[in-house]
Amino acid sequence: MIVAAVNAGSVDQVFVLAKHALLARTPDALQPLASAIISIIPLLVVFPSLFAITTVLERKGLGRMQNRLGPNRVGPFGLLQPAADGIKALIKEDVVPAAADQLVHFFAPVIFVAAAFVAYAVLPIGRNMVLVNLNAGVLFFFAVGSVVELSVFMAGWSSRSKYSLLGAMRAIAQMISYEVPLVLASVPAIMQAGSLSTVDIVNAQAGYTGIWPHWYLFTPWGIVGFGLFLIAATAESNRSPFDLPEGESEIIAGYFIEYSGFKFALFFLAEYLGMFATSALGITLFLGGWSAPLGISLFTVVPSYIWFFAKLLGFICFFIWIRGTLPRLRMDQLMGFAWKFILPMALLNIFVTGLWRFLPASPLNSIRWIVCAAVLAAPCVVLSMSLKQKKKLLIRTYHFAE
Amino acid sequence: MTATFLILAAITVAGTAAAMGLRNAVHCVLALTAGFAGLAGLYLYLGAQFVGFTQIMVYVGAVAILAVFAVMMTHNPGEPEEIFSRFWVWGAVIAGAVFLTLARAIRLAFAPADATPATPAPSTTVQQIGDALMHRYVLPLEIIGLLLTAALIGAVIIAMDPKDDPTLEEDAE
Amino acid sequence: MIGTGILKGLAETARNFFLSYVSKDRLTTVQYPEQRLPQIEAARNFPFLVYDGAEWDAGMRCVACQICEKECPPKCIFIEKSKDKKPDAVGKPQFYPARFDIDISVCMSCQICVEVCPFDAIKMDVEFDLPTDDRFAGLMLDRHKLSKSNEYYHEIHPTEATAVDTALDAERAKAAAAKAAAAAPKPASPAATAASAASTPKPTEGESK
Repeated sequence: MIVAAVNAGSVDQVFVLAKHALLARTPDALQPLASAIISIIPLLVVFPSLFAITTVLERKGLGRMQNRLGPNRVGPFGLLQPAADGIKALIKEDVVPAAADQLVHFFAPVIFVAAAFVAYAVLPIGRNMVLVNLNAGVLFFFAVGSVVELSVFMAGWSSRSKYSLLGAMRAIAQMISYEVPLVLASVPAIMQAGSLSTVDIVNAQAGYTGIWPHWYLFTPWGIVGFGLFLIAATAESNRSPFDLPEGESEIIAGYFIEYSGFKFALFFLAEYLGMFATSALGITLFLGGWSAPLGISLFTVVPSYIWFFAKLLGFICFFIWIRGTLPRLRMDQLMGFAWKFILPMALLNIFVTGLWRFLPASPLNSIRWIVCAAVLAAPCVVLSMSLKQKKKLLIRTYHFAE
Repeated sequence: MTATFLILAAITVAGTAAAMGLRNAVHCVLALTAGFAGLAGLYLYLGAQFVGFTQIMVYVGAVAILAVFAVMMTHNPGEPEEIFSRFWVWGAVIAGAVFLTLARAIRLAFAPADATPATPAPSTTVQQIGDALMHRYVLPLEIIGLLLTAALIGAVIIAMDPKDDPTLEEDAE
Repeated sequence: MIGTGILKGLAETARNFFLSYVSKDRLTTVQYPEQRLPQIEAARNFPFLVYDGAEWDAGMRCVACQICEKECPPKCIFIEKSKDKKPDAVGKPQFYPARFDIDISVCMSCQICVEVCPFDAIKMDVEFDLPTDDRFAGLMLDRHKLSKSNEYYHEIHPTEATAVDTALDAERAKAAAAKAAAAAPKPASPAATAASAASTPKPTEGESK
């Protein structure tokens, strides 16, 4: 509350004030409904637009990373490409296999998109700008995220196709394997903030000592936790290098192989929305949500939602960068990585958070840093050595070719 | 008996009834999942946030997947199956007995009509649940943890390929 | 240590990303159709008929011998001989094709027609930008569409065209010399002198460079 009073400039709160002004004009009986609708409409407008921007950013960014131009025909520098893609998706014929289970086939993308949108309800976009301040906000987020697996199964099974079923199985195995590290990686932030509410977690990080922020990223357990969260988030959204379930050269789009036209666009949208939601949760847990990176007036004058979207854009660029760099992980490599490296490190991270809390806070936190960093680094190195392939690569000899 | 309660109850009852009545086994599991979701809605309606969200996360997110996988792997849909078994009379008798027992128990719990509390029940926060789990109920928590670990190890051993037995020599391939 | 390879890879792609804006020779994209890559000289797509001079109808080298029609593997050339004759480059009256159609939806660009033509009349074109919205009539090229000038041939295959022209000129010179030799050394025969007097002024027309 104190943080909200300080720096609560009117530009920062312009959306909150606008909503209050609109609500004052609606009759009392309709106010709860109007409040809900006024809060939801920006969500439904902003994040799909962000999705459109991301698609063009991704294609141009990947192109530049691969020493080629991205799309540059539609609009200046190809920036209107999402409009062309959207029109294409809408006017394509919706092909449903005759043997497919019609009802389940129809509802799978609907449930996927609904779950992806509902997850945004607990994310604080700016100061005082959260849709619902739930007491158990983070738990709500993970609960809704787990509904996605059901929709993936529905999509894969209802198409009655071997490829889609296989893709769905792989996707579900991957999602379940990486959901545990995702939840465990966020536990340290919850422990340190002492609350499951996302607003409380952000408020706990929104202060400054001098100019340095109280972000959880600037602690040893925060760095490791953030790294693990990032890896698990990449895997949860089926993003490269964890996109085996939908890799085109592997299984030809996996579980949404039988979807075309608008339903495919809905799956695509829902995947990207899930990516944004998990990134936003990572920002909330580790990067201080909507707070500025330094306590200087140049930064704090910028509105809180601008900082939130800047950080989200940074995440998106990082995902695109990773996609352009790394090859795809094989299924066994994926699962081995999750269960043999990420999970033990996440558990260790929780322990180290407790250690951090109970060690004395000396000036610059040097004792805490050294001890915690040492406790985290040694098992990391040991586990990474155990992940290495035991086979030695031999020079290939051809037995039958001359 | 507000509209919200009626809708949630309708979803739950319809879901579970469909789970018993549909022919396709995977459809049954999906209907059961709808029933789980209805239950979670009812928990949330009662103000139990933690239980409601955990119900979604565990039942809809994990148990439903488990059930669906189990059905898919083991179920052999030969010819369409009979919905009503031959012993439906016995089933109806036992179901009626269970219903009567439960109804009487619930009725007796609310019987003193003049003892309705004026104050509403206190809402529990996650913090209180956590406190209870770590202070008063820590022994059951640890025992459940042990049980789950044993189940996990058992699952890994059952699923392990016999030739992947770590006690055997590792092949240098 | 885990992650070092990933960091090296990330550095490499970041380098690519930023340098692609700075150094022009990193982006090798050719923005078709505004820019095109130059084709090599030996490129080929579909055949065309060469004509000498300014008029395609009069200067066509093809004499409707129908060898290319017989040799074409997918049988996509359709020739109808004319009923009358026209003088060719050396002056000899030859038939000409009244109809010469190539179905380019069937043609497989094997160049056999070019190889067997004794008159250097059919050569391979390089034009590939041939879209049409008529699948059948639009892809059946008649002799007017197929005729392109010798100057055009020089543009697309300069070395080949020069060689062909040299060979043709040599042939014509030989034919003219043979004619002159045939006309000149027949002595004192009035019919021969009358024939030579009549034949020598006949100009070696049709010879154009």
